[in-house]
Amino acid sequence: MVNLFSLIVEHMVIVLIAIGIATVLGIFLGIISYWVPYLDKVILWIVDSLQTIPSLALLALLMIFFGLGNVTLIVGLILYSLLPIVRNTYIGLTGVSPHLKDAARGMGMSKLQRMFRVELPLSFPMIFSGIKIATVTALSIAVIGVLIGSGGLGFPIYRGIQTMNFPAIMKGTIPVVIMALVFDFFMSKVEQKLVNRAK
Amino acid sequence: MIQFRNVKKSYGKKTILDNLSLDIKAGEFVILIGPSGCGKTTTLKTINRLIEPDSGEIYIDGKDITKMDPVKLRRTIGYVIQQIGLFPNMTVEQNIAIVPKLLNYKKEEIDEIVHHLLDLVNMPYEENAKKYPSELSGGQQQRIGVLRALAASPPIVLMDEPFGALDPVTRDSLQEEIKKIQKKLGKTIVFVTHDMDEALRLADTIVFMNEGKVLQMASPEEMLQSPAHPIIKDFLGKHMNNGNDAENMVASDFMRAKVLTVPKTKKTLECIELMSRRDVSSLIVVEDDDTYCGTVSVDKIKAQGKAGKEIAGLVTMESMTVNRNSNAQEAFELLIASPTGYVVVLNDDNTVAGLITKTSMAKAMGEALWGEMTQ
Repeated sequence: MVNLFSLIVEHMVIVLIAIGIATVLGIFLGIISYWVPYLDKVILWIVDSLQTIPSLALLALLMIFFGLGNVTLIVGLILYSLLPIVRNTYIGLTGVSPHLKDAARGMGMSKLQRMFRVELPLSFPMIFSGIKIATVTALSIAVIGVLIGSGGLGFPIYRGIQTMNFPAIMKGTIPVVIMALVFDFFMSKVEQKLVNRAK
Repeated sequence: MIQFRNVKKSYGKKTILDNLSLDIKAGEFVILIGPSGCGKTTTLKTINRLIEPDSGEIYIDGKDITKMDPVKLRRTIGYVIQQIGLFPNMTVEQNIAIVPKLLNYKKEEIDEIVHHLLDLVNMPYEENAKKYPSELSGGQQQRIGVLRALAASPPIVLMDEPFGALDPVTRDSLQEEIKKIQKKLGKTIVFVTHDMDEALRLADTIVFMNEGKVLQMASPEEMLQSPAHPIIKDFLGKHMNNGNDAENMVASDFMRAKVLTVPKTKKTLECIELMSRRDVSSLIVVEDDDTYCGTVSVDKIKAQGKAGKEIAGLVTMESMTVNRNSNAQEAFELLIASPTGYVVVLNDDNTVAGLITKTSMAKAMGEALWGEMTQ
């Protein structure tokens, strides 16, 4: 049991680190796409294509650069998580009412002030929903990290498959499902609050 | 003092500002008005450089604004827009405090400003400061929108159809308030509207624009007395009325044109059914050739009619009739005297043109007095 608990913690830590980094990077890329004309198409195209690479292939590819272990998995998860976060940031920012942008400009806010005082706060519900999608997806994708030697709940599942041990597979799968559901539930609550507040 | 010198702006082939020159005196309430697309909003937005002219100069107190940092310039000019544009993620207090904060005012100073401004529009601090914009009514929101523009005491305030989206009652009271505030604080206000009522009510000077040019710049009184262009006359419209119209009005101006008529061969029960469906108590009856025959009332049919019989025998001539070209006053007197409460208006060939009722009369008179009614 102790072993399972530490696997759950490890799984969660890996995902949270990846999501943390993906959030910062994703919002940054979202802002750049919003600010720089023409770059939006390029950036969105890249993060879009990243997600079309099969996860196993992506990890194998990353393994060449980062070797075996958790770092490779984290990098993989970051790349996977970028799409929903970048896209939602971009949609959120472009979706801020033009009147509010006009008012902010007319009152003498600089570009940065407009971004951090008006545009980002107003886009936050949208951005948060992107982070939620990324988190729930990352929790389940992280399982295949076991194939490139990283920790987490992939281990008991893989072991179970190899030994045809059904209870072992379940031991790994059930916590993943529960974690995904719990994160989804609480983050959806927060999301709802944010949306209500923005009205 | 704001000076425009040969300001030009075009989008593609479309000229928006056509060599515009204009002087706006300090402390004046100046209204830019004109048909849509006349360049009034563009003119306004060149003052705080939300729109940059293609050529020409704009000076504020003698300084060329193109040589100023636009962000700093805007902080010294208040800006109010039609869509209000309060930030929904900030409280009333935070919204008002935006520009003072940008200008690094001290916290106590900002507090004082917010208190003072909310007092100015009778929205007590305790009740309103911590609310979010969505918790306020449209009128209250725009009051805060105006206060936000005034917060850093800018000498100039630009207002782009600020009351256009408000209901008439709220608009009235806000107009009154803004006029008071302007007088009290001595601001220069440049105000865009397409509503001549609003312009006449608020302006010290009205600037009438069309196709990117100033057609006339005058006080409301002067503009009313001698509009410089037919378009302006059009805009002034009902305000130009000086009472002569009433004498020229005829009966048909007062009538309701769509009326229900029935042929005198109609059967009694059908008529009763029709009346109850239309919720009326009498019908206008016409001959086979559509000329007026008389009226028939529900009471009369009930008292004397027999089921299945034609109404021809029940038609009376008790209702007053009037020719459509008769003088309105005559029609009015007939209406007052009419036992049925309405007057039937006839065309020259004796066909039915319409009906004057007390409601249609009141509506027409209201329009003559105060202009087109919405309902």
